[in-house]
Amino acid sequence: MAAMIEVEGLTKRFGPVLAVDGVSMTVERGEVLGFLGPNGAGKSTTMKMITGFLTPTAGTARLCGHDVLAEPLAVKRRLGYLPEGAPTYPDMTVLAFLEWVASVRGFAGAEKRARIERAMRATSLGEVIYYPIEALSKGFKRRVGLAQALLHDPEVLVLDEPTDGLDPNQKHEVRTLIRAMAAAKAIVISTHILEEVEAICTRAVVIARGRLVADGSPAALAARSRWHNAVTVRVLPDQRVAAMTALAPLPAVAAVEAEESPTDGLVALSALPAGGQPIEGAVRGALAAAGIAPRDLRIERGRLDEVFRAITTGAITTGSDAAGAVRKAA
Amino acid sequence: MGTFLAITRRELAAYFATPVAYVFIIIFLVMLGALTFSVGNFFERGQADLTPFFTFHPWLYLLLIPAITMRLWAEERRTGTIELLLTLPVAMWQAVLGKFLAAWAFTAIALALTFPFVVIVNILGTPDNGVIVAGYAGSLLLAGCYLAVGAALSALTRNQVIAFVVATAACFAFTVFGSPVVAGFIADAVPSGVLEAMRRISLIGRFDSITRGVIALRDIVFFASFIAFWLYANAVIVELRKAG
Repeated sequence: MAAMIEVEGLTKRFGPVLAVDGVSMTVERGEVLGFLGPNGAGKSTTMKMITGFLTPTAGTARLCGHDVLAEPLAVKRRLGYLPEGAPTYPDMTVLAFLEWVASVRGFAGAEKRARIERAMRATSLGEVIYYPIEALSKGFKRRVGLAQALLHDPEVLVLDEPTDGLDPNQKHEVRTLIRAMAAAKAIVISTHILEEVEAICTRAVVIARGRLVADGSPAALAARSRWHNAVTVRVLPDQRVAAMTALAPLPAVAAVEAEESPTDGLVALSALPAGGQPIEGAVRGALAAAGIAPRDLRIERGRLDEVFRAITTGAITTGSDAAGAVRKAA
Repeated sequence: MGTFLAITRRELAAYFATPVAYVFIIIFLVMLGALTFSVGNFFERGQADLTPFFTFHPWLYLLLIPAITMRLWAEERRTGTIELLLTLPVAMWQAVLGKFLAAWAFTAIALALTFPFVVIVNILGTPDNGVIVAGYAGSLLLAGCYLAVGAALSALTRNQVIAFVVATAACFAFTVFGSPVVAGFIADAVPSGVLEAMRRISLIGRFDSITRGVIALRDIVFFASFIAFWLYANAVIVELRKAG
């Protein structure tokens, strides 16, 4: 079966500005795709084109096999979309707004009530249903937007910054909700919160200056970090020099970075591996030889924020898969 | 059909959700009363008809109708709800026609509230109520024309003030094109063919003849096509703005 979302060479030009430049990707059922990029990279513009709000300058998107340019209504019936900023009609009450969305989507009678009931339960809106939306906090407004997107139990969900403005408990609820729905749907979420990507996304793509620059699992992205497989040991301050002298010359170690903790006075020494190879054995051996017993030892998985920064500022070259997709589309 | 009605209902309710609707209706009725009785010499004329009442409708609409239409699309654009509306499974004609009909229904409500004028004139004399009904029909059609222009121009901008000013200017142009004053003023400057074309697309001449009780099919067809044209333009403008 074809992918639930197929994006082919999507390009958007606003006058002289190339906002999105030949983005291609596919999302399968069961995937939660994290759409990452700095502000202004083209995340929202890409989402607006996938959902049929903006007409692309070139390229197209297909949802469940329906082309968004040729069959916009078929696409929109299968799509739940939380636009950037979760816009809603401020003078309506939560209930009236959800009833309106349900009517527009063609639901009536008992089914309409049941769907509104379920969407409100999923987003914990029960206590505010008779409030005008303009009187709600940012977190509630976002959840109203989310309820609207979930109302018709769509096969494809596109959520532009679904947890923006939520407190930690609400973020947790929304992430749990997304994870619970993931198996039956194809979900795209844009975010700039990297912990969110590691928490709920099965795949992440990074967009910078309108181009897709990376595509892979969060773990694979993290593995590109120079911190991947790095070993961090904590030692007493007077062991700092000796430990650094022991670790720095090792051929498997590319660099050693030290950081003193302001709370317990211990020094964290991080040995970065040369070529991303595991170096735990070498580090333990060298420390033992120097007679240093570290307080603890931790192996790093890689730092997503560092990879993100490096990719989006152009310090890491594009992954071969993503670059191939971009070239093919162009 | 459910989709379309839901849009019309929401738009109509939106007018009454804020004081806009009540302010509009009160101003409309007060100004209409003042104009009819003082400027229009309703009593002094000694005739049992509503001619002085209907005469002022185009000029009042000129000021008030753009205030009804200015928010239709501009407000959605400003608050971003247009993105919600246009990513719901709504066909463009449903959105355009739904909004237009809501505005038209609102105008009809305001117009219906002028019924005391009909009562008064029937108490004072024996008017030709057929002509009065024709006058109301003509007034509603004229309002529909202004609304269609205003709605389309509201889709051009996210700024309601701009939407208001541009719509007023456009409606003013369509109103005065055919008037003898304008014709005399520009008669030397433009060829007679242009003058004739301007007279033909002018709204006020056709409105005047309907309020006199002359309901000609070609006038009805004109009003209907005028509205249809501007609704189509509305859809095109919204579609074009999607292309950014």
